[in-house]
Amino acid sequence: MPMEMQTVFKIRDLRKNFYGLRALDGVDMEIREQELLGLMGPNGSGKSTLLNCMTGVLSTTGGRVYHRSRDITGWKASSIYKLGIARTFQLVQLFPEMTVLDNMIGAIQESRGSMFSRLFRFSEEWEKAKAQEILDFLKIAHVKNNLAKNLSYGQQKLVDLGMVLMSDPALILLDEPLAGVNPTLGREIIEHILELVKVKCCTVLIIEHNAKIMLDICDRIVVLNEGRKIAEGPPQEIKENPEVLKAYFGA
Amino acid sequence: MILQLIIGGTATGAIYALMAVGFSLLWQTSQTINFAQGEFVAAAAFIMLIFYDALNLPYVLSLVLTIVVAVGILGVLFRKVVVERLIKTGLLSLICATIAVSIMVRNSLIFYTAESMAFPSIVSKEAIPLLTIRFSPLDVLNIGLAALVIVALQLFIRKTKPGKALQAVAQNRDVAQVLGIDVGRMTALAFAINAVIVTFAAILVAPVYAAKYNMGLALGLRAFYAAIIGGFNQTRGALIGGLLIGYIEVFTIAYVTSQYSEVVILLIVIGIILFKPEGIWGTKEVWSREL
Amino acid sequence: MRMGRNTMFRSLFDKVWKFAAIAAVLLIIPRFLGIYTIYIYSWLLVYLIAAYGLNLILGYAGQISLAQAAFMGIGAYVVAILVTRGVSFWIALPLGAVLSFGIGLILGFPALKVKHHYLAMVTIGFNVIMYKLFENQEAVTGGYYGIFDITRPSLGALRFESDLAYARVIAVIALIMVIIMYWILNTRWGRAFKMIRENEVRAEIVGVDIRAYKLVVFAIGSAYAGVAGGLLAPLLGYIEPTLFELTISFDFLLMVLIGGRGRFEGPLIGVAVVMLLPEFLRITNQANLLIFSAIAVVVLLVAPEGGASLWDWIFKRLTGKNPPSLTK
Repeated sequence: MPMEMQTVFKIRDLRKNFYGLRALDGVDMEIREQELLGLMGPNGSGKSTLLNCMTGVLSTTGGRVYHRSRDITGWKASSIYKLGIARTFQLVQLFPEMTVLDNMIGAIQESRGSMFSRLFRFSEEWEKAKAQEILDFLKIAHVKNNLAKNLSYGQQKLVDLGMVLMSDPALILLDEPLAGVNPTLGREIIEHILELVKVKCCTVLIIEHNAKIMLDICDRIVVLNEGRKIAEGPPQEIKENPEVLKAYFGA
Repeated sequence: MILQLIIGGTATGAIYALMAVGFSLLWQTSQTINFAQGEFVAAAAFIMLIFYDALNLPYVLSLVLTIVVAVGILGVLFRKVVVERLIKTGLLSLICATIAVSIMVRNSLIFYTAESMAFPSIVSKEAIPLLTIRFSPLDVLNIGLAALVIVALQLFIRKTKPGKALQAVAQNRDVAQVLGIDVGRMTALAFAINAVIVTFAAILVAPVYAAKYNMGLALGLRAFYAAIIGGFNQTRGALIGGLLIGYIEVFTIAYVTSQYSEVVILLIVIGIILFKPEGIWGTKEVWSREL
Repeated sequence: MRMGRNTMFRSLFDKVWKFAAIAAVLLIIPRFLGIYTIYIYSWLLVYLIAAYGLNLILGYAGQISLAQAAFMGIGAYVVAILVTRGVSFWIALPLGAVLSFGIGLILGFPALKVKHHYLAMVTIGFNVIMYKLFENQEAVTGGYYGIFDITRPSLGALRFESDLAYARVIAVIALIMVIIMYWILNTRWGRAFKMIRENEVRAEIVGVDIRAYKLVVFAIGSAYAGVAGGLLAPLLGYIEPTLFELTISFDFLLMVLIGGRGRFEGPLIGVAVVMLLPEFLRITNQANLLIFSAIAVVVLLVAPEGGASLWDWIFKRLTGKNPPSLTK
């Protein structure tokens, strides 16, 4: 066990305005190596916005973003992806008319080689094997030749996660992975997440509404409200934090 | 001479403005890009011919019947069959469909006649010389009627209840829905209004340029140019755009080049698209990139 | 890995002999056709090439281009001008294709900035501008009357002067173009195109260089039209501006829509319908267009995202089986 946990990701004073609305109002946060960090807060507190800014999907209005002490503020989404930072989406974002297998291979085909060389790449054995491995891990290998749009919502969420895993990311950001999912599948997903952190040594940030689960599984939790961080710490502290209770349940 | 050109430009510009305003109305209320707008005008002209020429009905009655038929086919039917179904799929499919519809309409009109048909005009087309300029009563009618229609439209939108609801939908569909406005009905209303607009445009343009089955293509393109240059998410943008195209066309042909006049307009259109896509008087559209 | 290579070679060999068989059929057919039918046959193949180009742009990359006719014109005029001045067809044709590729690449830049109706407008504008240039730049293009006396090519001792011979030249080149398209779409580029078409934002996140792919698609699609135009010039022996006006671009759109955009066999179906139906229904040009556009609207209503489900359904009704898919 390292004496001092390494910081994988750091955000300093992050701001994001949407036409006058302060979605993020100066947020400081860090994500530590191999931890399972929870991001919580009432609706509209800026969680997804934060994720979008972190991954280059949205531009920031102010503040800085660091990955392992490298300043990645303003980087494009695809460049951030190449650093090994991958995310899933609140509203599942797949390629609907392509098969699950194609979705998986598509998730990494652009990360190696030049565009020109891809015109001559015929053998995809390695990618197929890897996809198979991940699909087995997620227990959805049986749908690999189905079109993504024909899957159930729960299966789509797993494919979303699978696509993320194809790139062997060191940092995984999950945007409400349990939303709209039945409890059985939800438990499965949580097991996979825990396996990712404990066994495969990934670092995971998870946004979720289900406070009970979050308090249960996360190493640390950050709570946002109205674009600001109002609490940060291990689940025990968060559970008893008056600010947090106020944010969720009112005065 | 310049005055002459201004009058000419205003007369043609008025027609383009009418068409562009209708086009803009459809975009604002239902995000529909109607590539068949020109063909709609042609269709209205032909329907008018059927009533007036073939059935020998009096002018006003023909006009009223044409409006009814136009609203039925170009408004209601078009919306129900084509637009409703495709709007959920995406703009690209809708555009392809309206292009296909425009080809359909263009090639069905020929079944009435392949020839250029003289179109009735309620006023004389003879030019009256006044001081140094010649203008015909038809020019005056063009400008006057177009102005009347647009003013009537603006009054309708500002003063009447359905009009205000329409405006609400045009400005923000989602909010309008939340406020309890029947967005579907308002959209239907917009299509109906567009049908009326194109009918008026038809009776203004056909007397001058004659009614031919392929008249819609050139007209439609110019309405499109007008909408883009002026900005079609604002009605006044479409209006000014239409007039502008009228002037540019007339002045370019007179002073610069007659064969390349459309090219001049196109270069301006392409320039606007690349550098100020919302048009000169339009407002920036917010494309949401939230996931 | 060894296993992988063997199956790869086997499937390649499979494909090669299939394409050879198709080539043989294409070369033999014209032998049995009358003068007029050979002409239709040749036209069909020429238009097929341009339709494949548009299918790539519209069906696979989801970009709208109403300028295919203009690019045909560019290819055609390059060949016409050069061949009438003594340059070999075999140099003029690729030159036309390269020029179309280059200009298509330039036109691709607006495609990056704007979408849908704006892009449609830009391509319409380009077509109209090119048409006006063809029509008015008499010194270069022969203006309104165009260019005539375009001779058909020869290769060493072989002369492709006759309709039959030239039809075979067209057939071979068309087949090559289709094979190239098949190849492109079955590599990772094909998958990248699909990703862009289906979920551009996600595609960008996973690293797809949207800009580069869109540019290249426009360039390739336009180059295909250029090749088609280059083949058209000697076919007709003359060319004139009206062959490349805006309504022709609309015709190509109809062909791609009818066949089902984004399907590999789409252009085949679309061109076959548009070129052959008139031969069976002896009706006016306008009536034909009316039917084609009506079919296009129906196809769009049935399968709005593209993918020709209408034809799948018909195929199933007729044969009771699911239609094969030619690409993944």
